[in-house]
Amino acid sequence: MSYLEYNTKSMPRGLAKVLYLNWPLVALLIAVAFYGFLMLYSIAGGNLQPWAEPQARRFAFGVAIMFAVGFVPLWFWRSIAGVAYVISILLLLGVEFFGTMGMGAQRWLVIGPFRLQPSELAKITTILALAAYFDWLDLKKVSHPVWVIGAAAIALIPALLVLRQPDLGTALLLALGGGVVIFAAGVHWGYFAALISAGVAGVVTVMSSRGTEWQILKDYQFRRIDSFLDPSLDPLGAGYHINQSMIALGSGGWSGRGFMEGTQARLNFLPEKHTDFIFTTLAEEFGFIGASSLLVLYLLILGVCMLTALRTTNRFAGLLVMGVIGNFFLYFAVNMAMVMGLAPVVGVPLPLVSYGGSAMVVLMFGFGLVQSAHIHRARLPS
Amino acid sequence: MKRSDREKEASRRTISRRGLLIGGLQLSVAGTLMWRLRDMQLNQSEQFRLLAEENRINLRLLPPTRGLIFDRNGILLAGNEQNYRIVIKRDDAGDIDLVLSRLAQLIDLSDDDIERARRDMLRNRPFVPVTVAERLSWEEISRVAANAPALPGVTPEMGLSRLYPLRADTAHVVGYVGPVSERDLEALEAPDPVLMIPRFQIGKSGVERMAEDSLRGRAGSQRVEVNAVGRVMRELDRVEGVPGENVHLTIDARLQNYALERLHGLSAAAVVLDVTNGDILALASGPSFDPNLFVRGISGTDFNALLENDHRPLVNKTVQGMYPPGSTFKMVTALAALDAGVTDGQERVFCPGHMDVSGNRFHCWKRGGHGRVAMVTALSESCDVYFYEMAQRCGIDKINEMSTRLGLGIRYDLPITSVAGGLNPTREWKRNNRNAEWRVGDTVNASIGQGFVLSTPLQMAVMTARLASNTAVLPRLVRDPLDRAERTATSLDLRPEWLRLIRRGMYDTVNDRRGTAYSSRVVAEGQAMAGKTGTSQVFSITRAEREAGIRRQEDLPWNRRNHALFVNFAPVETPRIAVAVVVEHGGGGSSAAAPVGRDITLAALNDGRPPLSAYPAPQRNRIQSEQQNMLERLRRPEDMRVSRA
Repeated sequence: MSYLEYNTKSMPRGLAKVLYLNWPLVALLIAVAFYGFLMLYSIAGGNLQPWAEPQARRFAFGVAIMFAVGFVPLWFWRSIAGVAYVISILLLLGVEFFGTMGMGAQRWLVIGPFRLQPSELAKITTILALAAYFDWLDLKKVSHPVWVIGAAAIALIPALLVLRQPDLGTALLLALGGGVVIFAAGVHWGYFAALISAGVAGVVTVMSSRGTEWQILKDYQFRRIDSFLDPSLDPLGAGYHINQSMIALGSGGWSGRGFMEGTQARLNFLPEKHTDFIFTTLAEEFGFIGASSLLVLYLLILGVCMLTALRTTNRFAGLLVMGVIGNFFLYFAVNMAMVMGLAPVVGVPLPLVSYGGSAMVVLMFGFGLVQSAHIHRARLPS
Repeated sequence: MKRSDREKEASRRTISRRGLLIGGLQLSVAGTLMWRLRDMQLNQSEQFRLLAEENRINLRLLPPTRGLIFDRNGILLAGNEQNYRIVIKRDDAGDIDLVLSRLAQLIDLSDDDIERARRDMLRNRPFVPVTVAERLSWEEISRVAANAPALPGVTPEMGLSRLYPLRADTAHVVGYVGPVSERDLEALEAPDPVLMIPRFQIGKSGVERMAEDSLRGRAGSQRVEVNAVGRVMRELDRVEGVPGENVHLTIDARLQNYALERLHGLSAAAVVLDVTNGDILALASGPSFDPNLFVRGISGTDFNALLENDHRPLVNKTVQGMYPPGSTFKMVTALAALDAGVTDGQERVFCPGHMDVSGNRFHCWKRGGHGRVAMVTALSESCDVYFYEMAQRCGIDKINEMSTRLGLGIRYDLPITSVAGGLNPTREWKRNNRNAEWRVGDTVNASIGQGFVLSTPLQMAVMTARLASNTAVLPRLVRDPLDRAERTATSLDLRPEWLRLIRRGMYDTVNDRRGTAYSSRVVAEGQAMAGKTGTSQVFSITRAEREAGIRRQEDLPWNRRNHALFVNFAPVETPRIAVAVVVEHGGGGSSAAAPVGRDITLAALNDGRPPLSAYPAPQRNRIQSEQQNMLERLRRPEDMRVSRA
């Protein structure tokens, strides 16, 4: 799709684009972010520092990014998709050689004053690249093995690089996020069925590799799997996080223990309560009402974006939006499943709520792309 | 690529179809999450709430302040001293070996201390503070505080620990405390939970042990909120404990100090009783030991030194030591004969220096014999043959009856450990324990307090007090502050004319020129005493030894010498105190025990210090130099301040 395809006459121009923004989405994002501010404020014992205020500033910055990205015509993003993808692969390779150790893994790349997490960036560029790839590809060739392998390669190259860092959680999310776009593009069912079978076989292989010389995962990752399967195995060690998290979550009850009254969070029984386990704090202090309402907000965001995807006739736009919301869904679903003891502890933050910069900026960039697709969707000439 | 409208429509349909599928999948996952959330937060919230409370709330016991022990005048015998100690929490310390080794460079820690601290830490939950060292000086505490960054988990704390300010003086009476042992816990059916506090101390001996229940008090409790690493965030509520009750003893600390110092260098016991009410004024067993050593945890070397000392410092000889009472028993035999009506007391018995009883020859201590002696002379000069005769007349049963009446052979219920009962040997006892019938020779031996008869110094003092008062004096060690009224002891119903004879005999023992304790007389007005010496054989003298000539006591090895005994009461006119002294292997009662008895008696009558004027003039130079020597060892009055209001 080139810009020639656009019916430029029916496109909003200049500041008029503000009127065409997906405002319900903006409102929902702000609402979710407020949950985050509230919890960060509570965890800090009723202080804006050290988390709530920086988070708010970052979110404001993220909203600005979203608007900026949204106002840029969609064809621009399509044309730079390939370049952006290559750059993010290079950055991932850069991490491999120049990355800084943090949390037991090479995840950060320090460029001047910025600390960049290339794996986060790769999530968005992979989706961009896949959407552009299927837009470019002849519809008849979509399920042709050669082209499917090409698509799979685009998704898997960054995933494998992230896995080497090693960051199993992000690698899986990257691959799954790419998979959503490939699936939405209409690739034949058979491939997915085969992949799932292969995946099951792969899990069996990985688990049976334990303790041998060709062990695939790190010991700590195996231990996380163990403690996921039976958290009571090691209540003070690997299973501690899940146990304490479930205690906090369950003790919330209907309406929670009250704002700033969560004992598990306040007394440090919860690990990483301001980042990966922030949902637990919410559930503890605001109970089922607070936790389920956040889940509903997330689903509304999905729904609003889905409408944008369904209403566009533009193949790139549709695939891009599907990819962005697929990625967003994976974030919160995996995070929530993790703190509820339904998934292993992998380092996945709760989107827009957990304290953290990289993920927030990348997510808002993604929603910017959704806004761009929304503003620049194909319209009937008036 | 430029697509046709048909292709666009097909693409849009595909994306919509697949998009809805993905959406459906996402919804079902979200539904699962919602269901899980509902299950945990609504159905199981009670359980989780309970777990969260368990996490955060910690019940802590507040050890009660142990009751104090005072002497009769309010001088502190056992108190609580504030001291600095070092506690470690395993949780905060991380590598406990590293932290302990660093700590050992700053303060004095033995390998034992380190090992014990390690064991305590591993046995307790990680956030329980474990005491590593106690009684640290301010310098040591400062050093630790200054190095705090290198010592994670280490905190200096203030606490109370037991202190015995008079050290060895009352060790055998007051006893000492020590950490709760496994055996202590097993002995109790429902142990007080406060005993589980690491290093909590309970009474191990003496009054500390016997009055444990009232001294300990009741533990308070405190519910605290703790964070994940066990640090206390705030107190939720607190129930104050009840401090232990104070105990007031009948002991006079000044007299006790004097008595113990008077026994310096001897293996001996001295008991002072208040004749009027049975109050034990002094209960000295020498040598003594410093009970503070046990509170701190006595070292192996110190403990072995105490065990291997042949003067047995750990034994409370006043109530635990059982000795043949020797001639101090003669009052019992004399009264038994009077009570049986086999003599009137004026009748004279001829003493040729020995007596043959059923083929055995029993000797009098005086080889040439006393000639014709009546009861008073028999007592004052301690003629053995007189009592051999009287005992044969009245028989062992009468002697035992009188012995019990005078308080011998009875185990007194005192709040100190290992109170012995002594032995009044009966026919039945010999049948059961020696598997032999009682013989006349046994009665003859018993008449002069030898053979099977055994008494403790306390019992001898009680006997003396009963003779002095004609009442059934019962010894007591604890003053009940509520019970101010003097106890009225029941009368012994000994006829006054009998007692006159006995007391006269005892008076002459000390005050008659021929009495066995004449050299220990008191010349001060109104302080004269009446007493009885005793010398009891530890080993019977073999025929071979006798034929080889009786060896002088000084030539025998220390542990084969005779025990020296002396009992007395004073003042003679209105008796106030009764004293019993036993000097183990001291040689003879008149030479080794009577001077001690006199000094202690004079100290008791004169507020803890015998006046020189009470001694016979020719002895004063010697006594004065003895007193000078002793003065250096005696506790100064300013060290024994009255601390009770």
